[in-house]
Amino acid sequence: MAATKKEPVVVNFAGPFNAPIGGLLTWVDQRFPLMSQWKDHMSEYYAPKNFNFWYYFGSLAMLVLVLQIVTGIFLVMHYKPSAAEAFASVEYIMRDVPGGWLIRYMHSTGASAFFIVIYLHMFRGLMYGSYRAPRELIWIFGMVIYLCLMAEAFFGYLLPWGQMSYWGAQVIINLFDALPIIGPDLSTWIRGDFVVGDATLNRFFAFHVIAIPLAILGLVAAHIMALHEVGSNNPDGVEIKQNKNEKGIPVDGIPFFPYYVVKDILGVVVFALVFCAILFFAPEMGGYFLEYNNFIPADPLKTPPHIAPVWYFTPYYSILRATTEDFMWVLRIGVVAYTLLILFTARGCLPKLLAALIAPVVLIAMGVIEAKVWGVVLMGVATLIFFLMPWLDKSPVKSIRYKGSYSRWALTTFVVVFLVLGYYGTQSVTAMGTLISQVGTLIYFAFFLLMPWYTQMEQTLPVPDRVTG
Amino acid sequence: MIKKIMAAILLSALPTLGIAAGEHVHLDRAPINTSDTASLQRGAALFINYCLNCHSANYMRYNRLKDIGLNDKEILENFVQPFTGGKVGDLMKNTMDVSESKVWFGAQPPDLTVIARSRASGDGSGADWLYTYLRTFYRDASRPTGWNNTTFPNVGMPHALWELQGQQEMKPTRVRGDGFMASVDKPVLAKPGKLSALEYDRAVADLVNYLVYMGEPAAHGRKNIGLGVLIFLALLFPLIYALKKNFWKDVH
Amino acid sequence: MLVAASGVAGGIATVAAGVPFVASMLPSERAKAAGAPVEADISKLAPGERMTVEWRGKPVWIVHRTDEMLKIIKNGADKVADPESKKVMQPKYATNEARAIKDKYLVLVGICTHLGCSPVEKFAAQAEAFAADWKGGFYCPCHGSLFDLAGRVYKNKPAPDNLIVPPHKYLSDTVILIGEDNDKGAA
Repeated sequence: MAATKKEPVVVNFAGPFNAPIGGLLTWVDQRFPLMSQWKDHMSEYYAPKNFNFWYYFGSLAMLVLVLQIVTGIFLVMHYKPSAAEAFASVEYIMRDVPGGWLIRYMHSTGASAFFIVIYLHMFRGLMYGSYRAPRELIWIFGMVIYLCLMAEAFFGYLLPWGQMSYWGAQVIINLFDALPIIGPDLSTWIRGDFVVGDATLNRFFAFHVIAIPLAILGLVAAHIMALHEVGSNNPDGVEIKQNKNEKGIPVDGIPFFPYYVVKDILGVVVFALVFCAILFFAPEMGGYFLEYNNFIPADPLKTPPHIAPVWYFTPYYSILRATTEDFMWVLRIGVVAYTLLILFTARGCLPKLLAALIAPVVLIAMGVIEAKVWGVVLMGVATLIFFLMPWLDKSPVKSIRYKGSYSRWALTTFVVVFLVLGYYGTQSVTAMGTLISQVGTLIYFAFFLLMPWYTQMEQTLPVPDRVTG
Repeated sequence: MIKKIMAAILLSALPTLGIAAGEHVHLDRAPINTSDTASLQRGAALFINYCLNCHSANYMRYNRLKDIGLNDKEILENFVQPFTGGKVGDLMKNTMDVSESKVWFGAQPPDLTVIARSRASGDGSGADWLYTYLRTFYRDASRPTGWNNTTFPNVGMPHALWELQGQQEMKPTRVRGDGFMASVDKPVLAKPGKLSALEYDRAVADLVNYLVYMGEPAAHGRKNIGLGVLIFLALLFPLIYALKKNFWKDVH
Repeated sequence: MLVAASGVAGGIATVAAGVPFVASMLPSERAKAAGAPVEADISKLAPGERMTVEWRGKPVWIVHRTDEMLKIIKNGADKVADPESKKVMQPKYATNEARAIKDKYLVLVGICTHLGCSPVEKFAAQAEAFAADWKGGFYCPCHGSLFDLAGRVYKNKPAPDNLIVPPHKYLSDTVILIGEDNDKGAA
């Protein structure tokens, strides 16, 4: 069968080579959807022209993903996933492998950079309502990427086989131990041994270098395909596709190529400046990016005096630690109050019915299962609750620019609480720290659970027809 | 609104600058300079003479000392052959039997390759900790080794540098408190050693300087390369900025 | 109907194919074989001191308790969550007040029952940052659980249970075998 008939590709940027390059591209295009993909995703993908600072972090996340994959491949050439050799092989990379230190620091700094970029990217979504219809699936794919990223970071952190690697994994795996009935067998299954050991290191290596990266790549593709299906949101939360010119092009849209390609390159340069400043002058970042105790080889007989997860997990870690036996009473009151709120003020029968059914089950479970398990549950819910954002936000407008003061204060408070929880997660346990974490935990959940109410009660501002500045 | 949120983020981020540890100790600032090759060479000699008998530096090769201005011949003749008789590319292993060391000190002495990196905390750098630690040994008859340390209470290691420092003992010392004088037990030199107090501090600083260097031999080159990279990026920025402006000039 | 039957059959095949992969992550024979009992010589353990031996990759502590320590345990029963060690499966000889075969020698798995950190010994009765009226015991640095000198957990702490007493027996007055006892044979 002959190749697909398509218009020849015309090239006009290569001077004397225009004809041969055009011919080659035409040959490819008749066998592979080259030009249609290019048009769909680059030269004729119309993005709103009013993207601001917060819109750099999507492309930067892609950049860091590529960086981590490339540096990871080269680290695997020298790293040894065995309890006896892992620590030494990392030092071997740092000393004996030419340029090894640079690749290792790129990877370790890249891990923290990934979370910084992703958190800012998520904050953008929260701020401008990028999770709202019709972008629910973009948000959900994004959240699954975030969960995979946490798994990736967790598995990767065991590999240097330092004290923090070892005891961090020990604590997190023991979280599963808390689950009733299946807990102990489940955690043994995860470890592949009765304690964290060689078997654990080997399987974490497999997950870190193969399984999770594959999943992340697929999810990133899905995330972008969903985005390009419905089109990008923007700081005004205006749908640019509702305002098209006679050619069917959104009047507030500009093609991604070349406009946002050059703009994102500018973002890359600024990011590279910050990244390299840290990489070359403070790769440990004061113990936050590379923890000091991780320069001591793993010792299964001795826990370091102060252990904390790496900074990007600490908000959730704080929530885990906040859940004490006493705090369970506060939670019970919270469940009752929330149920009453739904029963008396929610519209429609379904939420009321669900609340009336679920609340007693939760309350009984709280009486039967110990606080340790609830800490784990709360930590899990704290990450998963983001998935509900598209349905919790009932505001008639998308962007924070046109929402009322309740939403603005709620989001500001949430960000502050997230950082405060993160801070206390890095600290040793104190009575004051626990109390602050408990208050923080309540506010954290209130931000989500009360959202259907405060987004409806507040006075919103009129949304313009076209994007602004 | 955005400004408010940013301000709130910045404010709440402030307390995170610096990790607080559980128990705080006062650490002296280590007067070190990893560009001072003479100091690094003196430190390397001290390290190989005094530390490597019991400790190891299993990830450090002798010939890496070329970084600090020595050549292969000097390294082989002064640092390798007198002690192990090995090759110049060997790792700094120690010859002590593991089971023997457990009997003597109750535990295997830790590897020292990256000790300066692991000892950092909210109280100070790893260098500060080591510099303070090596100067706060004192005589304590209740300990199996006869030595104790105010920076590392009930430490298993005896004072390896005691011939140089002499012997300290705990004595009540008058110190200036907040507006009043107080009496605190402090290690005070009871029997002088081969070096004066000042010379000993200098020798410890050399040793710590070497330990910091050994913790990350690439550190020096890293900063040099980093400077070049940052300068390149700083020059690249206006170029890309102009490129972006040019492409965007018709977008309103 | 045919489609449904094929779907069910395919589903069964998929689940069955998953079994070997899930099973491959269970502890291997090598890991299981590593759990042999270990002997500990306590002849040199001074009163008030602790020693650590490794059993199944976990730290096992042996503490030589003084009479004073035992007195503190007796007086502290109201502060601990489970003074009689009723809650978890323990060897029978660990349910007495001292939680030991011989009152003097406490044998414990040095792993916190909360999330598996190894608690730190804080034997001296003195004011501590975590408890002003500290009487001596163990402190877990990870999440602040406190245990008394018999490894019993204090009330309202993250750890749910007392520290585990491993199966053990005395081979002689000065040698303890950890990992095996007279009740159930090898554990």
